[in-house]
Amino acid sequence: MHINWFKYSSPQTFYPLAGKMIPWFAWLAVVFAIAGLYIGFAIAPTDFQQGEAYRIIFLHVPAAWMSMVIYIVMAGWAALGLVLNARLSAMMAQALAPTGAIFTFIALVTGSLWGKPMWGTWWVWDARLTSELILLFLYLGFIALQSSIDDARRADRAGALLALVGVVNVPIIYFSVKWWNTLHQGSTISMGAAPKMVTTMLTGMLLMALAFWMYTIAVALMRVRCIILERERSAEWVKQLSGADL
Amino acid sequence: MNNAWITVLRRDLLLALRRRSDVATTLFFFLIVSSLFPLGIGPEPAVLSSIAPGVLWVAALLAGMLSLTRLFATDYVDGSLEQMILSPQPLAFLVTAKILAHWIVCGLPVVLLAPVIGLQYALPNDALLVLVLALLLGTPALSLIGAIGAALTLGVRGSGLLIALLVLPLYIPVLIFGAGAVAASQHGMSAQAHLSLLAACSLLSIVLAPMATAAALRISVE
Repeated sequence: MHINWFKYSSPQTFYPLAGKMIPWFAWLAVVFAIAGLYIGFAIAPTDFQQGEAYRIIFLHVPAAWMSMVIYIVMAGWAALGLVLNARLSAMMAQALAPTGAIFTFIALVTGSLWGKPMWGTWWVWDARLTSELILLFLYLGFIALQSSIDDARRADRAGALLALVGVVNVPIIYFSVKWWNTLHQGSTISMGAAPKMVTTMLTGMLLMALAFWMYTIAVALMRVRCIILERERSAEWVKQLSGADL
Repeated sequence: MNNAWITVLRRDLLLALRRRSDVATTLFFFLIVSSLFPLGIGPEPAVLSSIAPGVLWVAALLAGMLSLTRLFATDYVDGSLEQMILSPQPLAFLVTAKILAHWIVCGLPVVLLAPVIGLQYALPNDALLVLVLALLLGTPALSLIGAIGAALTLGVRGSGLLIALLVLPLYIPVLIFGAGAVAASQHGMSAQAHLSLLAACSLLSIVLAPMATAAALRISVE
């Protein structure tokens, strides 16, 4: 049996497929989010040390996970686009970047909201906080570079190269920040001594992480559909599509 | 192959010599930025010597970054960059000559000037020595990583600010180890670990950055 592996690598065939997939992922995101929030806010017990304030981890931890995962996935798509010269891969990388930046921002904001009652301060130069901040800078650099180059193909490839350089650098940056942090101990409060997590808390967190995954896929697909339409506006099939819609 | 490399290096150095004001601008920028901090913070020697490593390193980062836009821009405009890409020599190899020239013109003067400014910050003698060593080991990495940013933003509008956004996050490890080396020697600890890590950063970028720069130049020029 012959399988055409690259059937959906063409924007024209991928566009309707993405349209069909979006509702599924969006609904799954809603279902997982409702379940996760219900477990997180109604079922999970109050923490005996941190009180109710700990409940922000149901947003904070999954957002921080997603911020890192999306960067790696983005760089993977970028590398694929660079190696195979596939337009759709580069479009996927471009579509993922804003979502990744938003999750990084959410992780930072929720972290500082949590830090105020727990640590008594909005911001601590903790290794994790600092490297999350740098990750936000890397996302913004990627978005800024792509948006300041007018030629779409050049923007794709320049952005892909930057994402790859960033991926090589992320571990170096992470360890340098970590070592810098241990040298300047004193003002920092370690998060390592957190009490063991109850299963319901973990379930809530994992459900929220799944919800964020589904949300990311749905939103990236929506955005990639817009990018496809914008880039292929002169193609015949887009013209037919808009004619049919009108 | 070596001939071409030396020719590119000599040409870039000669061009820099003909436009001395460009070199001077970088150096004056470093001088002015590092002189502004005592004016803003106050003249107490204890405070100044504790912030000196960070301030001097940040000033060196910014000074090196300012001159990055010129690294490929003139060659791009007059077409000699295209000739370099078309030449039989590997582009990544020729690029190292250009980066070395940039370091000699913009990095080395900062290294030599830094101890003088360090004196203004009341740094003790052995810390000054470590500062020079750390800058000597770390500034090549700055030129190498910066070259990737310069190549990516070639001919892009607002490239000066864009370079800062792209390159500064990648400079963070060098800043941490470089300033850490000076701070360690100030506190009577050995700076060897930091200096080794700085050298590692530079060596890693010598291997990887020219290839990434060459790829970025090909993307930008075509």
